[in-house]
Amino acid sequence: MNWASWSDFFAMGGYALYVWGSYAVTAGLIVMEIILLRNRRRAAVGQLVRRDTGGRT
Amino acid sequence: MSQPTLVIGNVNWFKYASPQAFYPLAGAMIPWFAWAAAACCLAGLYVGFFVAPTDHQQGESYRIIFLHVPAAWMSMFIYLVMAFWAGVGLVFNTRLSHMMASALAPTGALFTFIALWTGSLWGKPTWGTWWVWDARLTSELILLFLYFGFMALAAAIDEPRRADRAGAVLALVGVVNIPIIYFSVKWWNTLHQGASVSLTGAPTMAATMFTGMILMALAAWFYSIAAALHRARSIMLERERNADWITHYAGTGRP
Repeated sequence: MNWASWSDFFAMGGYALYVWGSYAVTAGLIVMEIILLRNRRRAAVGQLVRRDTGGRT
Repeated sequence: MSQPTLVIGNVNWFKYASPQAFYPLAGAMIPWFAWAAAACCLAGLYVGFFVAPTDHQQGESYRIIFLHVPAAWMSMFIYLVMAFWAGVGLVFNTRLSHMMASALAPTGALFTFIALWTGSLWGKPTWGTWWVWDARLTSELILLFLYFGFMALAAAIDEPRRADRAGAVLALVGVVNIPIIYFSVKWWNTLHQGASVSLTGAPTMAATMFTGMILMALAAWFYSIAAALHRARSIMLERERNADWITHYAGTGRP
């Protein structure tokens, strides 16, 4: 085990800004892409359903 | 016009080159790749933070490697796959190939940005600078602009067929940048270190570090496949909205 405690873990040996800055931005961007993928599909499906039901839904 | 056929082992592989065959197949595959990505990512993070030891030179800052190297590999590999589909689309004039190329570009740009971002945050503590205009960093930045250029060019042309072909030509010309990125650390003097992992030699890093990196690379692969297939399905719905097979799906209310 590398870490004596959780605060030791979050401190990252003094490199917290660089390590967590990398992981946080990467995670944020991946989540953003997943949301954009969902939205794009929802919009495409919605358009088809609206068209085929003549806007009656 | 008759469909082209490519029969190997009693399977006509071009069958899956048609959107209506590919659409349900991709839909069935996405959850598997997504779960595989999540599993590999969790395992990779565990190995990367709790099993892999502290680096004796760089301390804990090296743990950025578990994001940086997989993202950089992915950024180059996605570009090659994108250019491959663009080339296939140009030669065989297959709609699905161009859709795959378009579906890959945003995810490729994402990984290129992650590689640049994590590289910058790794460069500051190890080199003392966020950025240098050396060969490796500059060519990776050009890769980001190639992805953006591909997407912007395709978006700027209204007629889909022309947009596909213009984008494909740009993607193919840009392929020349990939070997430049890959070999830049050998061809030029650069701050960026050489490859720690190669196909020909043993990796010059601790075994557990290597394991963590490979797990994260697998996660990036599976994620990219899931994301690209998902986006390709949306593109199919957008572009083929008047095709019979789409009307069939939309009629069931579950496209």
